[in-house]
Amino acid sequence: MTEYDRILADLIKGLAPFTNGKTVTENTELVGDLDLDSLKIMELLLFVEDSFDISIPVSILPDVKTVGDLAKQVEKILGNA
Amino acid sequence: MGLFTKFDGLAAGRAELGALGIDPFAVKIEKIISPTEGIIHGRHTILAGTNNYLGLTFNPECIASARLALENEGTGTTGSRMANGSYSGHRNLEKELAAFYGKRDAIVFSTGYVANLGMISTLAGPGDVVLLDADCHACIYDGCRLGGAETIRFRHNDAEDLAKRLRRLGSRAAEALIVVEGIYSMLGDRAPLKEIVAVKREFGGYLMVDEAHSFGVLGERGCGLVEELGIMDDVDFIVGTFSKSLGCAGGFCVSNMPELDLIRYASRPYIFTASPAPATIASARQALRILESGKDLRQKLHDNAARLHAGLAALGYTLGGPPSPVVAVVLEGKVEALQFWDSLLKLGVYVNLMLPPATPNGVSLIRCSVSAAHTSEQIDAVCAAFAKLRTKA
Repeated sequence: MTEYDRILADLIKGLAPFTNGKTVTENTELVGDLDLDSLKIMELLLFVEDSFDISIPVSILPDVKTVGDLAKQVEKILGNA
Repeated sequence: MGLFTKFDGLAAGRAELGALGIDPFAVKIEKIISPTEGIIHGRHTILAGTNNYLGLTFNPECIASARLALENEGTGTTGSRMANGSYSGHRNLEKELAAFYGKRDAIVFSTGYVANLGMISTLAGPGDVVLLDADCHACIYDGCRLGGAETIRFRHNDAEDLAKRLRRLGSRAAEALIVVEGIYSMLGDRAPLKEIVAVKREFGGYLMVDEAHSFGVLGERGCGLVEELGIMDDVDFIVGTFSKSLGCAGGFCVSNMPELDLIRYASRPYIFTASPAPATIASARQALRILESGKDLRQKLHDNAARLHAGLAALGYTLGGPPSPVVAVVLEGKVEALQFWDSLLKLGVYVNLMLPPATPNGVSLIRCSVSAAHTSEQIDAVCAAFAKLRTKA
């Protein structure tokens, strides 16, 4: 299992409280598929930050559309730590 | 995708407002009568949403100073201070602000928005880190974006969350810029500045406090929350605006940092925009003198704020924070807030409507701002209008 796969698995598991029981995959869109508004996205990011003990810069958020995008950013931040 | 496709959402939002027959973002004040009264839709209206905290917009001394400058120095400077030079008033105001705060120097900017844009974008560039409270004003976010620094939000008014994020930065924390506000504009709540200063002492970094809504409002001399809490020496940069308590337009930053003057040579929002007009500078200087001359206006402001806060609390409204010149009423939904705001206007009370995503936690707010110029009768009239609408909230 690669680092990315491990992060993705952790993310999918951790996203459960935000998904209203919907199935989440790498390609699930946070806004489009999970219907998360900006407030929920903020809560989700805070949760992800605490889970991985990282801070996600505001500037990368426009590039995060899917769960996979988020996993890539988390991997990148962890790699730079 | 067309050039204007990105506005589809805005167009739909406006159409929605049109269907309701309410447009809170296109209010026309047909006649301004005083700091607290105007004519809107042909109706005499109490203005309780203008951030005119000390009510100085019609102060005779400010008007006389502005008029004199207008006659002696003309209507405008026609360019930036870098290109066209500074008028004596620009520099004098900077010296007076620095003296007022007991700081080494000050820079005056064309607006409060530009002050944050100009300071933050210049201080923090690519490779630098800015940590900002999640509820900071848009101009602080825009300053971060313009500068290109790595921008990290921390939970609103949560010094522990700030500490956690500074810890995550490791050695980079010592050079990070932390940005918070004295009073937050939406809910009127205050920053836990003593706790934030303690975190800064532990991890390092530079602290900037935007006192836009607390300059002229808090502190023994009206400097703001930093003065009230006695932590002037712990704050590296204080930013403020003339467009609220001083009743005109413009912004500033004061600091003890010897490098402050270098900001002028690197700050694009300072270099590439027109400097404040002489009349604006003259009225700001006069308003600052009035602010320095005593506490009467501040006391009246706080008395009015307490009166409005107590009146609305007694009616059972959910309020956004403790008594402050910003009194925000929290309502359930967007449409309800729109209709509530419109009903208030029809009752002769103008306040601000604040809707998500501009609001914290996605709430809809009826935001009142109190002025020292409000009479007790006007505050009571505002409360009476809210009382008439109580069953709808």
